[in-house]
Amino acid sequence: MAINVIKSKCKGCNLCVKACPFNAIDLIDKMAVINSSCTVCNQCISVCPFDAIEKEEIQEKVIDLSEYKDVWIFAEQRGGKLMEVALEILGEGYKLSREIGPNCKICAVLAGSEVELMVDELYAYGADKVYVIENPLLKNYTTDGYTKVMTEAITKYKPEIVLFGATHIGRDLAPRIAARLNTGLTADCTRLDISTANYMDYLQTNTTADTSNLDKNSHDKNLKQTRPAFGGNLMATIVCTKKRPQMSTVRPGVMDKREKDISLKGLKVAVECKIEESDIRTNVMEIIEAAKELVSLTDAEIIISGGRGLGDPSGFELISKLAEKVGGVVGASRAAVDSGWIDHSHQVGQTGTTVKPRIYFACGISGAIQHVCGMQNSDIIIAINKDIEAPIMQIADYAIHDDLFKIIPEIIEQWDK
Amino acid sequence: MKIIVCVKQVPDTNEVRIDPIKGTLIRDGVSSILNHDDANALEEALKIKESYPDTHITVLTMGPPQAQDMLIECMAMGANDAVLLSDRALGGSDTWATSNALAAGVAKIGEYDIIFAGRQAIDGDTAQVGPQLAEKLGIPQVTYVKEFSIKGNEIIVKRALENGYEIIQLRIPCLLTAIKELNNPRYMSVSGIYKACNTKVAVWNAEDIKVDQTKVGLEASPTNVYKSFTPKPKGKGITITGDSTKAVVENLMCALEAKHLV
Repeated sequence: MAINVIKSKCKGCNLCVKACPFNAIDLIDKMAVINSSCTVCNQCISVCPFDAIEKEEIQEKVIDLSEYKDVWIFAEQRGGKLMEVALEILGEGYKLSREIGPNCKICAVLAGSEVELMVDELYAYGADKVYVIENPLLKNYTTDGYTKVMTEAITKYKPEIVLFGATHIGRDLAPRIAARLNTGLTADCTRLDISTANYMDYLQTNTTADTSNLDKNSHDKNLKQTRPAFGGNLMATIVCTKKRPQMSTVRPGVMDKREKDISLKGLKVAVECKIEESDIRTNVMEIIEAAKELVSLTDAEIIISGGRGLGDPSGFELISKLAEKVGGVVGASRAAVDSGWIDHSHQVGQTGTTVKPRIYFACGISGAIQHVCGMQNSDIIIAINKDIEAPIMQIADYAIHDDLFKIIPEIIEQWDK
Repeated sequence: MKIIVCVKQVPDTNEVRIDPIKGTLIRDGVSSILNHDDANALEEALKIKESYPDTHITVLTMGPPQAQDMLIECMAMGANDAVLLSDRALGGSDTWATSNALAAGVAKIGEYDIIFAGRQAIDGDTAQVGPQLAEKLGIPQVTYVKEFSIKGNEIIVKRALENGYEIIQLRIPCLLTAIKELNNPRYMSVSGIYKACNTKVAVWNAEDIKVDQTKVGLEASPTNVYKSFTPKPKGKGITITGDSTKAVVENLMCALEAKHLV
């Protein structure tokens, strides 16, 4: 595939140059020229008013992918405990395997030392099969050790899809395996589809994508892997049609795990494991669990901000309590900082810090433009305010028209439930 | 000691905005910068050079010709020389194909003890090229490096985990990917700028690095973009109500739970 400019149609209007997310189009002698940064993302095709840009489809070689079967998930465990994300991708993998067809199994691969105890848990969360790779040398995660045993298992049993949690371990291991197997890998996916109909539903409900060239009755069984890029400003769906297995790392906290059912049983497969000490070139001397360090406003996943509505400096004690409960960071409006209630380092807004957390709590903040500038890109904004006319209530995803001194203690009470 | 630092020129995504009507990226006035994590990778190499003055640092990138500006910046920070892999045949490479091209570039550069790279680039956020390059070169890797020390051939690093860190020991040659906790990148120095302006960036094409052309570029890449699009702009929010404070918060928690936020 490649993007081509039809020279006779290009008027040099520059629209495609501006639309290109990758800076891959230059205007040379009043003509658009595609440079080497092009990733064939197709953004330029639809913006061209003169239909001067086209995608050249090259007949792809037909290779036999049919010997690859089943969906695998890497059941990441640390210190004998399964990671939450392993159960999430097991739930997602279950769904995908059923979309592929009745003969497709969902299988978990469990590598480590003395991992037997976790097998039943994987059945309970939906695994049809659990491949167990057991060896004392796999006690701690090492890139070399896990790459070797996983690559050998994949080569032997030939799954068509392998999913990993996008953890610090998954994102270290999966690229190494994909490179060794010479197959494709998509990073940090937030949505996976087999069924074209489901995929179209998603696009139509949640995005501005044009779905006119998709067929909801399509028999296409390739994995459509959707992920954010450019800091979430752009989304892309990636496919790997020529190679197997199709591999993805999946963002933690996005997929649904299945309801636990301890009556479920599956098939255990003990995988032969040939690994020696000399295969592992790194030595894990120590693993240290540390209490989460205080993160900055910029990196915070959750921010609890207070404003003039707190009434006086003591209001920030309640804000801090909620922050502690939810593992968030305390922010403030300029009004609160100017009143001397809290240090300027907490200020969010044009003259403070620009933030982009997953959840932003605005408590007793009116939402002056200078504040909104600094937090409007938060994924979810929750505003708690006694004034229903406050501007913050207009931009909030969830507005609560009530007294923050009643609501916040109740949130603290209910958060863990 | 010979060090290669892999870097990437990226658009400053903090400045990227979406045109609300057309749903496309607005790039006007968006500058191209040295990727943040890569600056940390280079800084660590420069710190080694301070301790071992005979250290030679080569920065390596793949990209369009304008990436030379970034390489000159890296030399002004203190790198000895710079290589740009640039060829239409390499364009559109995914991470697998990119690592094949970089591996061929490393082979042409010659001997090395350590390869540093940033953990991930802010435009693609894949964090895959570092490990895939290490695999293609057949050397061990440590990703997410937040602390580094070296004594002879032995390296000890702290590798960040979600809830702590690991202390890992390994030997050169190896590849390490840096995160921002590793150090604070320096600025260019005046003498560095002067020197950099008088040093030519080596620009190599696919033929120069003798790469198997069936393993690079768009055609060879196992992954392809199927569709790209922008999320729908946020609709108007909802007001959460309830008969009691408890009920209001319960409704809020339900809403957050449905979106996987708690």
